[in-house]
Amino acid sequence: MLEVHEAVVRYGAITALHGVSFEVNQGEIVTLLGANGAGKTTTLRMLSGLHAPQSGRIMFEGQDVTTTKAHMFTSLGIGHVPEGRRIFPQMTVEENLEIGAFRRHGSYSDDMDRMYETFPILKERRKQIGGNLSGGEQQMLAIGRALMGQPRLLLLDEPSMGLAPMIVDTIFRIIGEIRDGGTTVLLVEQNAAQALRLADRGYVMENGRIVFGDSASNLLTDARVRAVYLGENVES
Amino acid sequence: MGAFGHYLTGHFATLRLEFWALFIGGLANGVLYGMVAVGYTLVYGVLRLINFAHSEIFMSGGFAGYFVMKALVGTAVPSGMASVGLIVLGTLVGGFVGAFMATLVERVAYRPLRRRHAPALAYLISAIGASYFLYNMAGKEFGRVPISMPQPYINHPIVHIFGAPVQMYYVIILLAGAVMFLALDRIVAKTKLGRSIRAVAQDAETASLMGVNIDRTIVLTFIVGGALGGAAGFLFGMGTGVSNTMGFVPALKAFTAAVLGGIGNLRGAMIGGFLLGVVESLSVVFVQAAYMDVVAFGILVAVLLFRPTGILGERLGRAA
Repeated sequence: MLEVHEAVVRYGAITALHGVSFEVNQGEIVTLLGANGAGKTTTLRMLSGLHAPQSGRIMFEGQDVTTTKAHMFTSLGIGHVPEGRRIFPQMTVEENLEIGAFRRHGSYSDDMDRMYETFPILKERRKQIGGNLSGGEQQMLAIGRALMGQPRLLLLDEPSMGLAPMIVDTIFRIIGEIRDGGTTVLLVEQNAAQALRLADRGYVMENGRIVFGDSASNLLTDARVRAVYLGENVES
Repeated sequence: MGAFGHYLTGHFATLRLEFWALFIGGLANGVLYGMVAVGYTLVYGVLRLINFAHSEIFMSGGFAGYFVMKALVGTAVPSGMASVGLIVLGTLVGGFVGAFMATLVERVAYRPLRRRHAPALAYLISAIGASYFLYNMAGKEFGRVPISMPQPYINHPIVHIFGAPVQMYYVIILLAGAVMFLALDRIVAKTKLGRSIRAVAQDAETASLMGVNIDRTIVLTFIVGGALGGAAGFLFGMGTGVSNTMGFVPALKAFTAAVLGGIGNLRGAMIGGFLLGVVESLSVVFVQAAYMDVVAFGILVAVLLFRPTGILGERLGRAA
């Protein structure tokens, strides 16, 4: 579904991605693991057109999207839940969801109802402004907002960041449900253990490179992953 | 009541009349300030940039309206429906030319800088350059002396508010302003265009992830602001005449109004405009006519000193 070939991204003198290659297949949850600054967020931002790669190629559903502009990606079927949620702080919950459907034509009220079903708290807070929501509510809103664009591939950047463990469980359960609903997921997470338990496959990034990739179950038992990302005492 | 009492009552009566006359005149001026202020605030909201060429967009609307009136009115004295039609036409042409000039300024003076990720100071210099270029070019083409506009209506008092006569000119401005402000407020609050402007103002990058085309939204913002500024230029020019420097003082006051209401805040710009117009006008009674501009810009300094975020605060995002 998504193939990235040797993508290089530079900001000025700094090279953030040194030729990254990986793929995501239809129906999978794929996770990118790695330390801060490894290039995970840059990879997702590149996949949404926020950073154009200096070289390399990105194919989505057989179409070359390497130089496609950011605002075209929702129409192509890629949704992005950005790092830090990036809710529009002065818009109501409802408006935030509606803007997720910005590129859609015709009525999307069915989808609004579905979002409120998936995230009942958002229905309660429908008329409140996004800036007044809690972190967990904002994360749900950010996911709901991206789903309003009917993505076939959903990019999730650190959805558990700064959230209480109980909320994190809810978010991960919802990510599973999103995949079961037919949306492919590319997940960037600090919380490697939980991400690998949910994912089908994973890639490990270091210093702007993908150092290895494998099935999630293999990664969970991989010595290197256990040492660096899971810590010694984490059970699989 | 003795003779003195009669004198006092009489005096207060004139004062009251004067007060309402000044209030209405000030409010009409304030509506014009507000219309121009909206342009500053919208552009600031999406670009964090004060478009100092906005005064020349105002001027271009004034000249556009002038040429239409010169061609269609000439020395005739229209009345009734002909007046209404001419005023609407002048406002539309002023607005259209204003919108066109605003997009031109965006394209020539700002977009190339945005492409190169220029620092904020470069925008400021570019804005001032565009402003100087435009008013000097207008001076070269149309002369540097104020020209009075052929009037498409007869300026007589048509209603009395609290006994104060209200001139036709003020009625026109108040009506036009009411229509434009209500329309703009609804557009920004309810339409897709408004939503995209607010999204870009709050978080441009995330807006683009939602499918909002940032460049297009910026242009639309200049169009909306330019249209209101150009329309205001025509309405202002109808009363005061047009000249290549006609934009300078009103636009500076509109900028004051935008800061007063909270730069980036749409309703703030409108309210700031009304307030500034009224206060400035009343300063004629309470201070002195010669101090009118002093009062207006004194307000700017005071706001910047004591409440830099303005009355309603800086939040274009809300804008609804």
